[in-house]
Amino acid sequence: MSYTAHFRVWRGDSNKGELVDYNVEVNEGEVVLDVIHRLQQTQTGDLAVRWNCKAGKCGSCGAEINGRPRLMCMTRMSIFDKSEALTVTPMRTFPVIRDLVTDVEFNYQKAREIPAFAPPAGVAPGEYRMEQVDVERSQEFRKCIECYLCQNVCHVVRDHEENKPAFAGPRFLMRIAELDMHPLDAADRKRAAQEEHGLGYCNITKCCTEVCPEHIKITDNALIPLKERVVDRKYDPLVWLGSKIFKRTPANA
Amino acid sequence: MSTITETSAGRARISARTLRTDRWWLPPLLTVAGLTAWVSYATVRVFMQKWYWVPEYHYLTPFYSPCVSTGCEPESALFGRFLPNWGILPFGALTLPFLLMFRLTCYYYRKAYYRGFWASPPACAVAERHKRYTGETRWPLLGQNLHRYFFYVAVLISVINTIDAVDSLRGNGGFGVGLGSLIITGNVVLLWAYTVSCHSCRSIMGGRLNHFSKHPLRYKLWTQVSKLNAKHQELAWITLGTLALTDFYVMALSAGWFSDPRIVN
Ligand code: SF4
Ligand code: SF4
Ligand code: FES
Ligand code: FES
Repeated sequence: MSYTAHFRVWRGDSNKGELVDYNVEVNEGEVVLDVIHRLQQTQTGDLAVRWNCKAGKCGSCGAEINGRPRLMCMTRMSIFDKSEALTVTPMRTFPVIRDLVTDVEFNYQKAREIPAFAPPAGVAPGEYRMEQVDVERSQEFRKCIECYLCQNVCHVVRDHEENKPAFAGPRFLMRIAELDMHPLDAADRKRAAQEEHGLGYCNITKCCTEVCPEHIKITDNALIPLKERVVDRKYDPLVWLGSKIFKRTPANA
Repeated sequence: MSTITETSAGRARISARTLRTDRWWLPPLLTVAGLTAWVSYATVRVFMQKWYWVPEYHYLTPFYSPCVSTGCEPESALFGRFLPNWGILPFGALTLPFLLMFRLTCYYYRKAYYRGFWASPPACAVAERHKRYTGETRWPLLGQNLHRYFFYVAVLISVINTIDAVDSLRGNGGFGVGLGSLIITGNVVLLWAYTVSCHSCRSIMGGRLNHFSKHPLRYKLWTQVSKLNAKHQELAWITLGTLALTDFYVMALSAGWFSDPRIVN
């Protein structure tokens, strides 16, 4: 059954912009991205939208639908009331290029700031050996499709542009957690997580987890465990005392 | 002011604080209502200094456990009486501050009150109104990192609560079970579940390890705690409920509003 939906799509660039109303046909089984494409084909050929896979795997089509950060290609029209107006806006935390397309450079920059995997001394590439159970834990984090919806929704930077230099955001704090849990990684990630990448800014209010299209438990499985690891290193008086007496940092268990 | 509507950074110029159309304000409202109601009830009860003990069956409310004031009924004080009997000092003043801090620094309650009371953020993709935001990077919120120490104390207190539950299995001069024993015991079981499902506990059990393969026992413990941990939010609310219920039940018996249905003796 097809019907006509009322869409309100944000059109504009970094200088000005507004919500523009469209009435557009919707067919059974369609997702929001289908309808945006129909708009492009039939009413407004210059509507800018980024997409690639239409399968929830490339992470390109993030936007905000009725104010909620979502992948347009994974948001079924059937979850909305047929009579309600549907607002589609670009992600609000990043600079807008045009219409629904934002510049996500912030995230690439944050990715570059995290030192890569550091193999232990004396083990050559090709000689890495790990047990299955040790590898399993980080598999969840590797499901990330880098859509940056979590980076977009996190109030630390969304509501406070000035925090951007100090805060890596959930996706990249999760990357640090993954490396810190890695059985072979030799770098000390804990101190840096707190002092350089802004883990302390996160107040575990879980919006990153709420929007993640891969359903990664970012807060419970990466951010909170990382906070606990930072406590081990920085705020545990017994560990601190031990390191003073024996003049060594606790080895990775 | 929040930067969500600011334009300097090249963001889309959208003036609305949020474009969400659902009732996003309901969960924080319920949180505030629920926590306020509970804290009000608990405050009144903790300072009441009566109706905390049922001598026939040795029922002690968790809010007065352990009862360590010289004002406590001698029989209710399993761990001695040494705190002065002042009106402003709760009979359970030895442990209550630790329990309060345990819950205040709990990762779940933090989420709940940051969202509910501090509106930081009130809900996802709804702009907060604070001028500045530094999260848990500095004093006093940096202190949230002490959670694990309150966890250790909470484990000790859970042991004391367990002793209370065993002590509540009494009837006429010997062993007995009443509805009160079941309520007290059920509460203690749930308190243990809440305490063990703590994120700090999860880390201590095995989360802090990088080589599960070298520590099979701790890996197993971590797996079990992880399962409970997924229910931590539910347990946080359920135990608030059972704590209040247990206290109310003991109060009602102690005040003589009704009598305890006996199951055994
Ligand atoms: S849990 Fe932390 S990282 Fe995730 S959205 Fe909330 S503040 Fe940001
Ligand atoms: S963690 Fe989830 S929300 Fe964040 S970038 Fe990856 S897939 Fe997207
Ligand atoms: S188009 Fe690839 S995730 Fe939506
Ligand atoms: S008690 Fe909630 S996280 Fe520790």
